[in-house]
Amino acid sequence: MNVLNLLRIAFKALLRNKLRAFLTMLGIIIGVAAVIAMVAIGQGSKESIQSQLSSMGSNMITILPSSNVAGGARLGGTSVNTLTIDDVKAIRKQAENVSAVSPAANSSGQAINGALNWPTTIYGVSPSYLDIRKWALKDGIPFSDEDVRASAKVCLLGQTVVTNLFPNGDNPIGKIIRFNNIPFQVIGVLEAKGQSSFGQDQDDAIIAPYTTVQKRILASIYFRTIYASAVSESASDAATDEITSILRKQHRLRSSDEDDFQVRTMAELISALSSTSNLLTILLTAIAGISLVIGGIGIMNIMYVSVTERTREIGLRMSIGARGIDILMQFLIEAIMISITGGIIGVILGISSAKLITIFLSWPTLVSESSIVLSFLVCAATGVFFGYYPAQKASRLDPIEALRYE
Amino acid sequence: MDKKILEIQQIKREFRMGTEIVRALKGVSFDVFAGEFVTIMGSSGSGKTTLLNILGCLDKPTEGNYLLDGVNIGQLSRNELARLRNRKIGFVFQAYNLLPRTSALENVELPLFYNMEISHEDRRKKAIHALEAVKLAERMDHTPSQLSGGQQQRVAIARALVNEPVMILADEATGNLDTRTSYEIMALMQELNREQGKTIVFVTHEPDIAAFSSRTVMLRDGKVVKDTKNENVRSAKEALAALPVSDDY
Ligand SMILES: Nc1ncnc2c1ncn2[C@@H]1O[C@H](COP(=O)(O)OP(=O)(O)OP(=O)(O)O)[C@@H](O)[C@H]1O
Ligand SMILES: [Mg+2]
Repeated sequence: MNVLNLLRIAFKALLRNKLRAFLTMLGIIIGVAAVIAMVAIGQGSKESIQSQLSSMGSNMITILPSSNVAGGARLGGTSVNTLTIDDVKAIRKQAENVSAVSPAANSSGQAINGALNWPTTIYGVSPSYLDIRKWALKDGIPFSDEDVRASAKVCLLGQTVVTNLFPNGDNPIGKIIRFNNIPFQVIGVLEAKGQSSFGQDQDDAIIAPYTTVQKRILASIYFRTIYASAVSESASDAATDEITSILRKQHRLRSSDEDDFQVRTMAELISALSSTSNLLTILLTAIAGISLVIGGIGIMNIMYVSVTERTREIGLRMSIGARGIDILMQFLIEAIMISITGGIIGVILGISSAKLITIFLSWPTLVSESSIVLSFLVCAATGVFFGYYPAQKASRLDPIEALRYE
Repeated sequence: MDKKILEIQQIKREFRMGTEIVRALKGVSFDVFAGEFVTIMGSSGSGKTTLLNILGCLDKPTEGNYLLDGVNIGQLSRNELARLRNRKIGFVFQAYNLLPRTSALENVELPLFYNMEISHEDRRKKAIHALEAVKLAERMDHTPSQLSGGQQQRVAIARALVNEPVMILADEATGNLDTRTSYEIMALMQELNREQGKTIVFVTHEPDIAAFSSRTVMLRDGKVVKDTKNENVRSAKEALAALPVSDDY
């Protein structure tokens, strides 16, 4: 019997028990859809982390204030004021593995251009900030050390701010905007940077000299963050050690004291994030794999039922000339058809749920062809594996006994 | 008519039912020559179906030899037996054994599916031709549940004929038919026997059916009790013509 006829027989047999076939497929459908969607989520987040890596610069180091536990209650990280401009200067002067340092003092507020206003955040930094963040200017010029010294009221705008304050495509350069009622002259526009790995819009920012922000907006001498660049990615750890010892000296900490700051490297953050997402992918895929196995067992079960139900048919086919292999193929193809049909529906369902997740939860997803091909192969293999034993049982029946079966 | 197509030598068939042994055949021997039309008669339970199943290579004897065309069946593999059943033997079952929910045409086509030498178009043609031979061409789209018992039996006969076997084995193929239809079937059998030289072994327990054959083997209790040549074979065609024309009573 040729394959086409076998397919036809299998198809008819399944059509005869549509609901049963569907319920049997359900395990496979869910399994495959889960694999595709889970892998898509895992791959998507990994991909976005990786693109962050190249956009942020993998040698970036972030220094945050942290609570000193010497006395009493711990305070939240950002509410502690320990980092000052002296720290920045000390790092710049002493740390050999650091190529650039910039403080960052930020404040949220309302940016106004004429009648338009937009809530955003102003970041007070030094000129090296743009290098450290690997952030380029699209237009205009950056501010200089002179501007910092003079607390000049100049600023650079992120793309989101530009679209909201200059919606008609006007050139913002040279214009005066107000932030918390303080006038700033726009001297440059930044390139779009997109979302951060935490889903934050990085382009929703105004960048100005830190002196201006500290004096005129925050009225504070402390910084929320200090950014630094290690001379290379491999120097990140050495730079971290240097910064730690410099800051401990700066803050006059005794050897028994805990650090009142935290030093984080980008590389460390990225590897932490990717290992979490890798683990997540493995875990989710394992769960999905288990549901595929359960689906396979469902197929095996239903194939045994089908063989038993059709014992007389098997006997008849054998008595008019079907060989064992013909019967084996007939049932095997039926099992594979269930699993592959389930697989196709599962793939479609998986891809669409990945799309829906991106649309509604705005999680990045990436449906990889390899996951489609792989789950397809796994489905076919599931059909063969779990369909084989029932099919073999059918092929070994004795024609007369099968015909007598009731 | 001198070539032996079937040779059975001291065939025994026992069924083990727990501790009890049922002896369905207790040593049966006879030969069938190519082109013979043999009827096997005997009361219910005498072993006719058991014997026919062995002749049809569906079952193997517990003891004794069975040679089909000079080949000892006991030495063939399952696949070789399947091929034999497909190409050489047309079997009509006592219980028809049609596939349910499958049209008459597809039921008749079934043996051809297992014959790779036959193309798709040939399969259709042959199946339609076989259904025409049993006068069921206009019912070929009907499923078994939409056919009468006699019609189902004729579909089963068509299925046995479709692969052009050299030998037809029929188990009570007229058991459910009225006189006219069974005579028609017998006329068909005689035609296949005389014009195409097919060997026919026909199980029945009706003596008037046996009269159409050239030889009758009588079984009783798993043994051959009589094996007689029929000198004046009745022509089924003539018998059919002699039947009263009108059925309206
Ligand atoms: N598979 C089996 N298991 C047990 N006993 C069997 C089996 N097949 C047949 N028999 C027994 O063998 C004997 C012969 O049965 P068989 O079917 O050959 O009779 P038969 O001559 O065809 O009868 P009928 O005219 O009623 O069809 C019976 O006693 C039957 O019970
Ligand atoms: Mg019988």
